[in-house]
Amino acid sequence: MTTSSNLVYLIALPLVSSAILLLLGRIADKWGHLLATLVSASTFVIAAIEFFAMRQRTGDARAVTQDLFTWISVGSFNVHASLLLDQLSICFVLLISGVGTLIHIYSIAYMSHDHDRRRFFAYLNLFVAAMLLLVLGDSYLNLYVGWEGVGLASYLLIGFWNQKPAYAVAAKKAFVANRVGDIGLSLAIMIAFAQFGTVSFTGVAAGVPHASTAALTGLGAMLLLAAAGKSAQFPLQSWLGDAMAGPTPVSALIHAATMVTAGVYLITRSHFVFDASPTAQTMVLIVGGVTLLFGALVGTAKDDIKKALAASTMSQIGYMILATGLGPVGYAFAIMHLLTHGFFKAGMFLGAGSVMHGMNDEVNMRRYGAIGKVMPITAVTFGLGYLAIIGVPPFAGFYSKDKIIETAFNAGGTKGILVGGAALLGAAITAFYMTRVIVLTFTGTKRWDDEAHPHESPSLMWIPMVILAIGSVASGFLFNSGRALVNWLAPVVNAAGVHSEKEFLPATTISLMALGVVAVGVAIAITKYRTVPVEAPAGNILTKIVRRDLLQDDFNDRVLVRPGQALTRFFVGMDNSFIDGIVRGVGGVIALTSTNLRRIQNGYVRSYALIMVVGVLALLTTIWMVTL
Amino acid sequence: MLIAPQLSYSLLAPILIVLGGALLGVLVEAVMKKGSRAAIQTAIALGTLVLSFAFLWKIHGQSSKTAAVNSVSIDGVGIFLQGTILILSFIAVLFIADTDNFAAQASAVPGSEDERASVLAGKQQTEIFPLTLFAVSGMLLFPIASDLITLFVALEVLSLPLYLMAGLSRRRRLLSQEAALKYFLLGAFSSAFFLFGAAFLYGYSGSMSLDGIASAISANSSNDVFLLIGIAFLSVGLLFKIGAVPFHSWTPDVYQGAPTPITGFMAACTKIAAMGATLRIFYVAFGQAEWQWKPIILVIAILTMVVGGIAAIAQRDVKRMLAFSSIAHAGFLLAAVLALNTDGLKGALFYLATYGFTTLGAFGIITLVRDSSGEVTDLNRWVGLGKKSPLAASIFTLFLLSFAGIPLTSGFIAKFSLFTGAYESGNTVVVVVGVLTSAITAFFYLRVVVMLFFTDPKNDSVSVVIPSFMTRAAIAVCALVTIVLGVAPSLLLDTAQTFATFIR
Repeated sequence: MTTSSNLVYLIALPLVSSAILLLLGRIADKWGHLLATLVSASTFVIAAIEFFAMRQRTGDARAVTQDLFTWISVGSFNVHASLLLDQLSICFVLLISGVGTLIHIYSIAYMSHDHDRRRFFAYLNLFVAAMLLLVLGDSYLNLYVGWEGVGLASYLLIGFWNQKPAYAVAAKKAFVANRVGDIGLSLAIMIAFAQFGTVSFTGVAAGVPHASTAALTGLGAMLLLAAAGKSAQFPLQSWLGDAMAGPTPVSALIHAATMVTAGVYLITRSHFVFDASPTAQTMVLIVGGVTLLFGALVGTAKDDIKKALAASTMSQIGYMILATGLGPVGYAFAIMHLLTHGFFKAGMFLGAGSVMHGMNDEVNMRRYGAIGKVMPITAVTFGLGYLAIIGVPPFAGFYSKDKIIETAFNAGGTKGILVGGAALLGAAITAFYMTRVIVLTFTGTKRWDDEAHPHESPSLMWIPMVILAIGSVASGFLFNSGRALVNWLAPVVNAAGVHSEKEFLPATTISLMALGVVAVGVAIAITKYRTVPVEAPAGNILTKIVRRDLLQDDFNDRVLVRPGQALTRFFVGMDNSFIDGIVRGVGGVIALTSTNLRRIQNGYVRSYALIMVVGVLALLTTIWMVTL
Repeated sequence: MLIAPQLSYSLLAPILIVLGGALLGVLVEAVMKKGSRAAIQTAIALGTLVLSFAFLWKIHGQSSKTAAVNSVSIDGVGIFLQGTILILSFIAVLFIADTDNFAAQASAVPGSEDERASVLAGKQQTEIFPLTLFAVSGMLLFPIASDLITLFVALEVLSLPLYLMAGLSRRRRLLSQEAALKYFLLGAFSSAFFLFGAAFLYGYSGSMSLDGIASAISANSSNDVFLLIGIAFLSVGLLFKIGAVPFHSWTPDVYQGAPTPITGFMAACTKIAAMGATLRIFYVAFGQAEWQWKPIILVIAILTMVVGGIAAIAQRDVKRMLAFSSIAHAGFLLAAVLALNTDGLKGALFYLATYGFTTLGAFGIITLVRDSSGEVTDLNRWVGLGKKSPLAASIFTLFLLSFAGIPLTSGFIAKFSLFTGAYESGNTVVVVVGVLTSAITAFFYLRVVVMLFFTDPKNDSVSVVIPSFMTRAAIAVCALVTIVLGVAPSLLLDTAQTFATFIR
């Protein structure tokens, strides 16, 4: 372990900047966005310096810690506010600060017409600070602070245009769904404290071998619940689509590249819990598998470009969660997919934003068409992201997704076939719905109104898109060459020396299978969307179900919301009639007694004297009885 | 041969100085011209109290002593309470100095031609100042008296001036005189019980001193009827003064009828003196017989809290409401008698001091709320005062919150330390009832706050007059003490801890 005193700046700089922008108010309108971008860029510089310094060191010395202060000290329970930067967290820190900075730059142009741009950048900085704290905390409790912080930033940014009631509702929905997950995290912290007496990662890891299986499964399940809430995984996935109400840069940064991947970070960070509890690991696999198919299916029916991308995000994170459920071999691939996804999905979201920017904020893809001709840079960068996500070699997604499919099949037995099959099927559907997005948006005939004048976005917007596109092209190859990322992460996720005993199928075969199903998906999409009606056709019952997000909201409404409301009404009724009745009864009795007591106070000295005499007699009687 | 008794004048000096000041005041009333009397009387009263406090300060460090042939005990509790009484009396005199509250000529028949003539002539008698000082001297003696005769003398010295003072209100004079007469009659009644009890105790122990009674009790463990009747009757006299149920009936009528500054003075200083004497008697003299008297004090404490708390709810007059509130507080204080330990004693000392400041301040505010015919004490007419006079209403709210025992006011710390002492000594019942009653009392205090701030003012001529400098200073000090001792209670709590000892 190495100690450093620089880590705190990663969090302090954006936090202070956010506070300045919020507190100064309109005074900072002129330069607020510049300060925020500068601060975000400097966090990236610090992260880069730390990264290269880390590469110079070897072995255990690579991890860096910084102890800030004693936060809680109660009896035997001690929590230090300490930061930990190891091989795992540096990946996240670089992603957050790097992509974060690009999106800051993009937002300068994207939000230039919004008179609340300063507040937007303040929230972005707040998000960066909270997210960095989340990945830098050295204990579950420190992580929890960041976890809640990103939740708050996400809530504020989804509802950034809360003058529209629907957007405010979307923000609230995200917040509530996240609360469910947050309860999981707080319960996990409590279980960890009850079981191990500590909440630090190292402390819990050291205690795991001595803990009971039941406790570990409980802990794992609660961590998984937390991850499901934050990463929009089944069954807490419903909020992500609505979260697209936020400005598009937010969707790119928070709801695609970084915050929604916090669940993957949490599970990877807690690998010792899941490694020791096969039950919890299986739950992770199921959640990941279900979500990846769920998201992919939802993505096939979305006409709103951002919602299609959101469904895709859900599905891709499903891949990552699935990979973390595969044990030590899977963690590195989960992180690899997370990083490549960070590039290509953020890039595509920015592309979508660029299209919307040129199309008067139109999001319905049925009203796009042939935009590639008028917005060539956007089309090319988006296209590179598309090739990456469907997994065409040598683009980034190919390496990361292929590895996950391969590892899934290698899990062995029925489990391997089921999980691998789901991953493969997901790849086919991904190819279908992403091709659909491309076809509807960039090719074909123009279907937009005459009022729309699509044009290429300004350079402040397309430069970040180009940089992200380069990442979508090259990052997978870089991570995979010489197993660079796997070896880099091996000390953290305990994967050293782990090899699957037998391969289900040769790696090449699996790659070819994957490419085959991708080709099928692409072909179907191209054939089906040769002509695109401006109004969506009615479709059969299945289409309708998929359009309604596989009835996720109907399910939540029927199963959770309405019974919940009925229960609330019942309790309110109880409160009004029964509990308030008691309270009013007590109050009434006291008031009545009071009125009667007032009557005794009649103002006559003779009565008062009589009361005194009665009192004296009572005293004497009492004494007489006591001493009897 | 007759040996002159050793009086230890230096230890008695605080009391003697106040008596001297009172006599000087009588002379001034007789000799000086009318126009300058009020100012001179105020100066004499304030100067006397300061001088007395200075002498008290001189002896406060001395180890516990007795003086005047063992008839008074100068010990920690005594000195603490004397100091408190002196400071609070000083503040009370600041309120009393606003002579507008008092009858121009007390001897004139209410509503008569004489009265109107004296008012028109601008006459203002100032006998209130020497009367106050006489009462203060009795109050100083009451909590340190350590034999029954001295106790009775002190009781009468403090009571007689108060009977008169209660009748000196300038407005609503009939009500005021009625209150004075009631107070006098019932006070005499209770004094008779006190004397009767003293006689029984002498009959039991053959001694008038508290010490002698205590040794008689420990020497003879049987349940002597004389002792029990003596305890019961003596208690009646004391419980009357502190306003405990069922000897409380005079309180609301007298508090309402008396001039408001005098009500404040009585509520704060009389309660401290009487409570001090009660604590001394039960701790020093009856401590060994606790199993005989604890049940009755317990019942009285509970009755006092409950009746005071509940009866206050139905009151529509702010002075009557505070009267019942003071009855409830007397009940809380009786928990310290039951506690019989240092913590309880410390709690009681702190409670008495902070309660005194808060009470004086609250009654001080009441003197300011007036219409064209004088003070307005009808709560219904206080509605919306917070909008007209936010400062006065806020300060009054502060005092009410302190009465209710809300944290960050001195009242909270006082209740907390008092109940802690009682709880630790095993008096769980009284603590539970006390806390529940506190909740009831909080209701009517907060109702006043709601009336002040959250109800629209009626079109009514009630307003807060601009107070004189002395009144302002006095209210400011009371408010400051209420806050400071709520935020930093250790300033006084530590002192109370050091002083919480009786000598036997």
